[in-house]
Amino acid sequence: MKSFKEKLTERVFLLIALSTLSVLALITVFIFIKGMPIIAKVGIINFVFGMKWAPSQGYYGIFPMIVGSVSVTIGAAIVGVPIAICCSIFLAEFAPAKLRNIFRPAIQLLAAIPSVVYGFWGVLFVVPAIRKYLGGPGLSILAGSIILGIMILPTIISITEVSLLALPRHYKDGALALGLTQWQTIRSLLLPAAKSGIVAAVILGLGRAIGETMAVIMVLGNAVALPHSVLDPVRTLTTNIGIEMGYASGEHQQALFATGIVLFVIIMILNATAQYITRKR
Amino acid sequence: MKKMINTSKLVKRIKISACAVILTLSMGLLSGCNQEAESDTIVAGSTSVQPYAEILAEAFMAKDPVAVIDIQGGGSSAGITATQTHSADIGMSSRSLEEGEKDLWSVEIAKDGLAIIVNPENPVKNLTSDQIRDIYAAEITDWSQVGGTKAKINIIAREEGSGTRSAFTELLMGEKEITPKAIVQDSNGAVRQLVADDPNAIGFISLGLVSSEVKALNLDGVEATRENIMNNSYKLSRQFLFVTDGEPTGIQKSFIDFTLSSEGQKLLSKEGLIPSAEGASK
Repeated sequence: MKSFKEKLTERVFLLIALSTLSVLALITVFIFIKGMPIIAKVGIINFVFGMKWAPSQGYYGIFPMIVGSVSVTIGAAIVGVPIAICCSIFLAEFAPAKLRNIFRPAIQLLAAIPSVVYGFWGVLFVVPAIRKYLGGPGLSILAGSIILGIMILPTIISITEVSLLALPRHYKDGALALGLTQWQTIRSLLLPAAKSGIVAAVILGLGRAIGETMAVIMVLGNAVALPHSVLDPVRTLTTNIGIEMGYASGEHQQALFATGIVLFVIIMILNATAQYITRKR
Repeated sequence: MKKMINTSKLVKRIKISACAVILTLSMGLLSGCNQEAESDTIVAGSTSVQPYAEILAEAFMAKDPVAVIDIQGGGSSAGITATQTHSADIGMSSRSLEEGEKDLWSVEIAKDGLAIIVNPENPVKNLTSDQIRDIYAAEITDWSQVGGTKAKINIIAREEGSGTRSAFTELLMGEKEITPKAIVQDSNGAVRQLVADDPNAIGFISLGLVSSEVKALNLDGVEATRENIMNNSYKLSRQFLFVTDGEPTGIQKSFIDFTLSSEGQKLLSKEGLIPSAEGASK
């Protein structure tokens, strides 16, 4: 028979674990209760594909913001993913231990910088630079993509590096013994072998990008119109909630919660895909 | 054996307290935490007036420690409705009363000016109301169309629901709408910062917040100053009202009197508002 002390510890830990789950459940239920009435009233198609957002006149269409979120996220991937993957290959395969010990904590530090600081840096440095050299108002998809591209680096680098390091040692030894150069080994053996881990890393990074709010409120310009170029301002789903929640009441507030539902579903799909890919391996 | 009973009791206690914590958390979340003590004087309404009312209430409560004034937001319309239904003692409004609301007692506590601002480098000094409307409706898109250098106009607006945005729309836009292509910022300060950085930007902010980093445009040839708002020649101003259901009494009355007193008006003036006619006459 297990001692009571041990059972007690087990139960206490279970309770604490359950409390985190119950918070998740509470938030989910709350968002859906608050947001569903307006979706039911406007209609899911009109809500998701509606082009006009003017709550004061009763228009609740979030399609421009979905386009905004997707375009900024793709932009962040274009900026961040190549850098992140090259960086993790360097760390896993080339870097001497000494250098690695500097790089790793530095990259972790990148993840610890508060997003408002990224946004502030973007407003003072990236936005004026774009305005000066490329034209337009500066607040743009491009500015958001650059900021988010940097913000997703730590997520992608650490997961990619782990999946490269997790490959069996003899893969590499065998390839090198057969006369492949180190670059050939990486390109045609290690990268394909770690593919699922890398894809999962990218998806998790994108999930982070699509959920980011504070930094993008500051650099995106928040215009509710379909963008025509990367120099146009856009609004994302998160910034729509962030920028309007202060004054919203009644239906307007419900519509912001409904925006949250859409965001919730998108992020759930992304995370589930990442999990599926890593498990399949 | 005794020890065992104690531990199982402990488990139960932990379970109960954990449940209680979760339950209170959830009830708090679901109920929205609206608790009101009955003796408080509730002032509710416009979020544009709210910060000024909070300053007034703080000063008033420092003088009269017995009175408890509770300032709440919700918007002008919500505040007026709350006054009619007696869920608020005083309503705050940043718009004038409409038909059906005229039977309420109301007093103007101050005026707030709205300044149209551009970058100091911008050669344009004056715009007409029509030009501003067309710029914000995206029918005029280049500064050269209104006498400036050739450059695309970067329009900056406030977010939906903002009192400043609705005042701008009511006073200037008429039947037209602010273009969805306009850049949206969520505070007067953010709009001002952006205009200060961008030579081609135009924005609107509360007159009290205009600084040397930006240039306030003349409207129809009239300079945006407090004097011109007080003599009604500068058109972009709105009233801040306190409304009550019937003549104010008790703490209601003493708070409104304090607001209109020279002390209260001085506080508002210091925050950038223009003293009301009623207040000035006292």
